[in-house]
Amino acid sequence: MSQRGEPFDRFAAAQSESRRSAVRLGSKAGHEKRTEVLFRDYVDPDSLRRLAGEIKQHTLDHLDLYLERAQARLEANGAQVHFAADAEEACRTVLEILKSRGAKRVVKTKSMATEEIELGAFLERHGVESLETDLGEFIVQLDADKPSHIVKPIMHKDRREVARTFEGHGLGAYDDTPEVITRRAREHLRRKYLEADAGITGANFISAESGRLVLVTNEGNSRFCLAATRCHIALVGIEKLVPRDRDLGLFLNLLGRSATGQALSVYTEFISGPRGAAQPDGPEAMHVIFLDAGRSEILAGDAREILRCIRCGACLNVCPVYRQASGHAYRGVYSGPVGAVLTPLLAGEHFPEFADLPRASSLCGACNEVCPVDIPIPDLLLRLRDRGKRAGVKPAGAAPSMKSFARLASRPAAWRRALRAGRLLGLIPGPLRPRALRVWGANHVLPPWRGGAFRAWMAERKRKQP
Amino acid sequence: MSETRRLIFDRLKAALGGIADKKPLPDYPADVALSLGAREPGDPVARFGQNLEAVGGRAFTDPAALGAWLKERGATRGYCDPALVSWLTTALGDGLTLESTLARERIDDYQFGITRARGAVAETGSLILDDATTSRRLGALAPWIHVAVVTPERILPDVGSAIAALGDDPNVIFCTGPSKTADVEGILIEGVHGPGEQVALIHLFGAP
Repeated sequence: MSQRGEPFDRFAAAQSESRRSAVRLGSKAGHEKRTEVLFRDYVDPDSLRRLAGEIKQHTLDHLDLYLERAQARLEANGAQVHFAADAEEACRTVLEILKSRGAKRVVKTKSMATEEIELGAFLERHGVESLETDLGEFIVQLDADKPSHIVKPIMHKDRREVARTFEGHGLGAYDDTPEVITRRAREHLRRKYLEADAGITGANFISAESGRLVLVTNEGNSRFCLAATRCHIALVGIEKLVPRDRDLGLFLNLLGRSATGQALSVYTEFISGPRGAAQPDGPEAMHVIFLDAGRSEILAGDAREILRCIRCGACLNVCPVYRQASGHAYRGVYSGPVGAVLTPLLAGEHFPEFADLPRASSLCGACNEVCPVDIPIPDLLLRLRDRGKRAGVKPAGAAPSMKSFARLASRPAAWRRALRAGRLLGLIPGPLRPRALRVWGANHVLPPWRGGAFRAWMAERKRKQP
Repeated sequence: MSETRRLIFDRLKAALGGIADKKPLPDYPADVALSLGAREPGDPVARFGQNLEAVGGRAFTDPAALGAWLKERGATRGYCDPALVSWLTTALGDGLTLESTLARERIDDYQFGITRARGAVAETGSLILDDATTSRRLGALAPWIHVAVVTPERILPDVGSAIAALGDDPNVIFCTGPSKTADVEGILIEGVHGPGEQVALIHLFGAP
């Protein structure tokens, strides 16, 4: 495979055809379902997206206030609140909580924040067994792979690959029926929940008004973590707040429909503290860790709107680039258009290493049109391109410069010669072409050369008309 | 720890200090996200049943019919909220064993779990469970069949009104149909970690 060109393009080009097709079909189906359900249920879903965007932007603009309020409410509800400035501190905080309880085994729900800080690997290194319980994430963990989609982590895998993984890990003989795969995971994981000492979750939202954490799953794995274990640790990005409980209604209605085309996800949990007095099941202790890890820096910059994101994955599903490239090409926890903005920003001083991501977009605007919080993603991509340019990041193998094009196009004689040369260029085998084209062409396909057709037609027309 | 808190708040204040046009909190009507279907006039109880079935669940109003359905599926032994045992032992009919305790070590012996629901949401077909009403979180989750007994007057019209009524229970859950996944090739499979059958028994069972 070619080693030239932008890292994004190389990853995308290295993708097997079966993966490309799985991602294309999966994301297309997700987008179609979303559109159908939103327009079935609302006369003007766009007005809801804009409203949700305004509420989120307001929350971000007053984040210090709402964060303080949420902390006070959570503590009043009996939860312990911690703050982590970076990934390392967040991991250490989780470990300390577990150590103080003598906890050796934890079950985890799908959480982008825990992916971001690589919590699972950290815990394993420190002698804690950490198990993913979302079916897709469980398979990702077995394969030591990375999720390729925010909502559907194994969109890039087909059933045969999953069946081979299960077989390889002693979870039954090869059987690629999705129902059998699911049943085997059910049997395997329910013992793990019951043996676990703590459950680790993220949170989709936190209401500053009541301190309620909202957790959304379809599989019920989060509910199981919080029914079987004695300690709940929630790792939450500071941007997850909403002002009031009533705002949750709007966001949940948009999240379910945008993510999976459901009016409401199956398990929507509103958790404000440790279990109630009369309840025998569930955590007696609840810890909430608020994670900064670059968020306050993003808030200070000119792409802060990205912090509105509620992780629904709609922008991935609709994106023509994501559909071709799949999530792994984005080389981070977040993929698709949101990842192209968030990954370079969260990288901090490593921004230049991810400066190709904002360029991996046609700026068609579809991501903004589907975004349930109306994030102007194309604008943010442009701002990040600009930032990359200012940081002196040179695109590897960018298209030949527009300067030479301008020189050609403003000189009729040169243009005529170039048209002829262009036809010849098509006949030259790839490796013999000029360097600039060779590098760019490593990951691009040119249509057959048609230059000069208009000139020929014009000349013919002039000859016929006296 | 408090040092980190101070650091984060300092960063936030510095970041927010530079924003000239802070957005106000928009005002909006309470029913802004009410779906078109829920705006149609209709009986919330009937609507809840229909919408529960639309998400793959089942609704019963007659305990005897529910008992027959359980037996038909070979589900004859399960957990039952102690407060419901004496009523349901008669009402569900013969041939079922209702255990009023739930033992974690033999969690797979319970073919069904019967608990009370705090209420339900007509708009989405969701059952509302909480720590005060639902006797065991595990009993409503681990068995293949979960039966939630809900009284008709506790069925709320929509998601917005259900959120307005969250109250102060620390653990309120909206369950909208059976546990499901589409992780493998987008194919819908029910019964992942939670129930494969989510059943509501809509009944005025005489509890307070």
